[in-house]
Amino acid sequence: MATINMPRVFIPPPMRPLTAGEEVVEVAGANIAQVIENLEQRFPGMKERLCQDDALRPGLSVAVGDSVATLGMLQRTGPDVEIHFLPAIGGG
Amino acid sequence: MSGKRVVTLTVNGDRVEFLCEARQTLLEVLRNNLDLTGTKEGCSNGNCGACTVIMDGRPVVSCLVLAVEAEGSELRTIEGVARGSHLDEVQSAFLEGAALQCGICTPGFIVQTEALLEENPNPTEDDIRFYLAGNLCRCTGYDKIVRAVQAAAEARQVAAN
Amino acid sequence: MATAENPKYKVIGTRPVRHDGADKVTGRAKYGADIKLSGMLYAATLRSPHAHAKIKSIDTSKAEALPGVRAIVTSADLPAQGDRIVELGEGAANMRHLTANVLAREKVLYKGHAIAAVAADNIHIAEEAIKLIEVVYELLPPVMDVRKAMAADAPILNDDIRTASVGSAPAAKDSKPTNIAKHFLFEKGDIAAGFAKADVIVEREFDTAMVHQGYIEPHNATALWNTDGKITVWMSTQGSFSARQQTAELLKVPISSVKVIPTEIGGGFGGKISVYFPPVAALLSKKSGRPVKLVMSRASVFEATGPTPGSHMKVKLGATKDGQLVAGEAWIAFEAGAYTGSPIGPACMCVFACYDLPNGRVEGFDVCVNKPRTNAYRAPGSTHVAFATETLVDEICEKIGMDAADFRIKNAAKEGVRRVDGPVYARIGMVETVEAIKNSDHYKTPLEGKYRGRGIASGFWFNCGLKSSASATVNPDGTVSLLEGSTDIGGSRVGIAMQLAETLGITAEEVIPTVGDTDSAGYCDVTGGSRVTFATGIAAIEAAKDIQRQLVERAAMIWEVDVAQISYRDGGVHGPDGKFLSFKEMAGKLHATGGAVIGRGTSSAATQGGAFGTHCVDVEVDPELGKVQILRYTAAQDCGTAIHPSYVEGQIQGGAVQGIGWALNEEYWYDERGEMRNATYLDYRIPTCYDVPMIDTIIVEVPDPQHPYGVRGVGEVPICPPPAAIANAIYAAVGVRMHDLPMSPPRLSAEILKKK
Ligand code: FES
Ligand code: FES
Repeated sequence: MATINMPRVFIPPPMRPLTAGEEVVEVAGANIAQVIENLEQRFPGMKERLCQDDALRPGLSVAVGDSVATLGMLQRTGPDVEIHFLPAIGGG
Repeated sequence: MSGKRVVTLTVNGDRVEFLCEARQTLLEVLRNNLDLTGTKEGCSNGNCGACTVIMDGRPVVSCLVLAVEAEGSELRTIEGVARGSHLDEVQSAFLEGAALQCGICTPGFIVQTEALLEENPNPTEDDIRFYLAGNLCRCTGYDKIVRAVQAAAEARQVAAN
Repeated sequence: MATAENPKYKVIGTRPVRHDGADKVTGRAKYGADIKLSGMLYAATLRSPHAHAKIKSIDTSKAEALPGVRAIVTSADLPAQGDRIVELGEGAANMRHLTANVLAREKVLYKGHAIAAVAADNIHIAEEAIKLIEVVYELLPPVMDVRKAMAADAPILNDDIRTASVGSAPAAKDSKPTNIAKHFLFEKGDIAAGFAKADVIVEREFDTAMVHQGYIEPHNATALWNTDGKITVWMSTQGSFSARQQTAELLKVPISSVKVIPTEIGGGFGGKISVYFPPVAALLSKKSGRPVKLVMSRASVFEATGPTPGSHMKVKLGATKDGQLVAGEAWIAFEAGAYTGSPIGPACMCVFACYDLPNGRVEGFDVCVNKPRTNAYRAPGSTHVAFATETLVDEICEKIGMDAADFRIKNAAKEGVRRVDGPVYARIGMVETVEAIKNSDHYKTPLEGKYRGRGIASGFWFNCGLKSSASATVNPDGTVSLLEGSTDIGGSRVGIAMQLAETLGITAEEVIPTVGDTDSAGYCDVTGGSRVTFATGIAAIEAAKDIQRQLVERAAMIWEVDVAQISYRDGGVHGPDGKFLSFKEMAGKLHATGGAVIGRGTSSAATQGGAFGTHCVDVEVDPELGKVQILRYTAAQDCGTAIHPSYVEGQIQGGAVQGIGWALNEEYWYDERGEMRNATYLDYRIPTCYDVPMIDTIIVEVPDPQHPYGVRGVGEVPICPPPAAIANAIYAAVGVRMHDLPMSPPRLSAEILKKK
């Protein structure tokens, strides 16, 4: 399996029991939906914690690279890009 | 409720007559009976100054005046500040100086400033801050308001000379 | 028009008079409470006198019998919601909680919680009728303190809440309810190893009181439920599309049957996003067949809208003796109020956001207490944590003998630095804001005098992107009518119009901006998160580019050349052989070349590059009274590119003064029964103009690469640094470290006394 080009997913601490403690995992996927599918294949139980129906759980956002993705599950990833799951941010 | 009263007064130079209940405040009557909604309501207990009008030459918070008390008085509200279709110096200074953000406090500040400049045409920064301390603004931090008042005072001095 | 301060641009950087200005200085501008419709009824709200109670029964019969009463509603009139979590544009909400907050169902969870509303011929009758409604309560013990609410034996507010986290497992069916609605954990590096390297470690506990946004205009809504089922709502709101969605969800009607007409709005700061009145006014209208207006009292604005949480925090920082930060740890608990939803997530992500921290651990809790459901307030969550971190930084600087500005420059977050919550920063301007303060006349001028001191502090906010749209129609006289859906709280209309003008090469005055209602403007997320000038600005720029493209096509038709030979620049179309038609000339030819030209633009922007600010303050402390006088204040902030410098300065000044109020006076003061004892402006005491000096601003411009003109949102950051900057100045003045907000005279004088 090629590793260099895969997105690197940072696993939030509460989900690390599912990855046997691994903090960063490399998972293939051209968009977030595929990344989550592939995460689920490798670490069953991931998807239900991140998704509700076919969208990200309300209140959850995903950052691809240095900015929060606006397209949610449809956001394109890219080679070597970092993916972070974070609380959604509003503002005053 | 029975016992409505007829009140006659002058508002912005016009003789006005209205029917009101004893419990109605001047603020309520201005806004609801006379449709003069430029006078704003921020608290209804005299704390914010948004409802300021000039009554017989003195600035008052109209939420603490009963409408029946205004009998025979001479009122000036924000609607009476501009001269015809021209803004007066205070209004222009607020606009040019960006002394408003949301603008809800602005009518109260402008009316209070009119009263200040009437009493003291050449106020210091401290005079201004003291005189306007009963008017709350939550948006601007007051900096540009105080500067606008200074600019208006200057403009008036220039116009007078 | 003023001359451009930014030589790169013609319009951007100038200070034109705002388009809505004349209406606002003459009293003509219509705010929510100014709406008057024929046949309109006035409504009043019955609110709970108790902080925590079960509602056993509600009897409205006496109120109904009062002459002049036209309709009464209680929660029984609102559709049940079940367990639905709905994304509302700026944050998700549990609909069951949202509806119970609008009108209480089985329980009241805070004093002032709305229970019923009455519409009558006038407000006085409505208020009399309210007193005739009989409610039987079963009192429950109130939980007012965040730590007590977290205790295992605490009375529980909501029996449907289980602790949730980013990526946590769903709660087991038989698990016990809790007041801890959310838990977050972020880790970076190895904190044990990090602290082992530290020469100095400071660890302190902090408490901050609940505070309110304090906008001068109370909430309001006027609604008409028409015979065709269409509902129209006039209201002041930070987001008409969000208000439409919330109203539709709460009433369980299709979104298209609700139209929200946003009036001018008298301040929001995050507090006018949640919906309280529209569904109630709509139901009263449905029952009475008349339009109904609701306007909130000032006391209810305090007691029953969405202030920002009080907090309890433990924060620890370690540094080497040459001033290198090596580790940080934070434990943060926020009062969510009655239902979940405090900004604990952003707080956790902001606590160390100003620094390049190699090792960090942040844990946060969202905790329900018997206070109103909290909402966003300017950089939500960031001011609390800046107070903690920035006072610790000051303590470290003192211990290692390093200048507070130099320490911040040395440790500042910059491009490429990984945050404790994971992502890596793009180009940001933290260093530049500290340098701006360090080089300011203020910082360089020594402060003299007894009981006087100077402090500095920094702050951070993300700045949201979210979704916006705009459309623009070219008028035959060479002006453009701009329609957008972002309600204008602080002059955003002019800022957006200026970006359109810059792109087309016309003047700001030649753009006529209108904030449209939800049936006429394209979708815009809320005015909040410092996003409007950025994101709706991008939409307006896109609309202008769409106009450019169409004008190029028209010019190609007129000159009979290919579009590829024509370009739009410098305010007009340029063709071959020096052919040129100005925008105005082109506008005059539209009717003859195919009719109207309408440009449209949308944006769905990612989070903006974050914004930073650093403030410097001089204070004088009265050691007997504990009263703090602000002598001088300077705020430096990275604004990307300042579109309208006056309104940028205004945002910084306004935010700084709100921060000063939070620092020195403001707090929700509750008694043991859970009653707020200072729900008036007089007792809550926001700053007046007599309390503050001029606020000097330094606009630092580090353009944000994500915006065509480099805009960064400015509205929120300026509230973050003041409490810490003032605390640091107080220490410099009288040698007392303050760990609680507000640093009001009783608290400060007690600390000074302790020290003696
Ligand atoms: S409304 Fe009269 S002082 Fe506030
Ligand atoms: S401009 Fe908003 S309250 Fe003063």
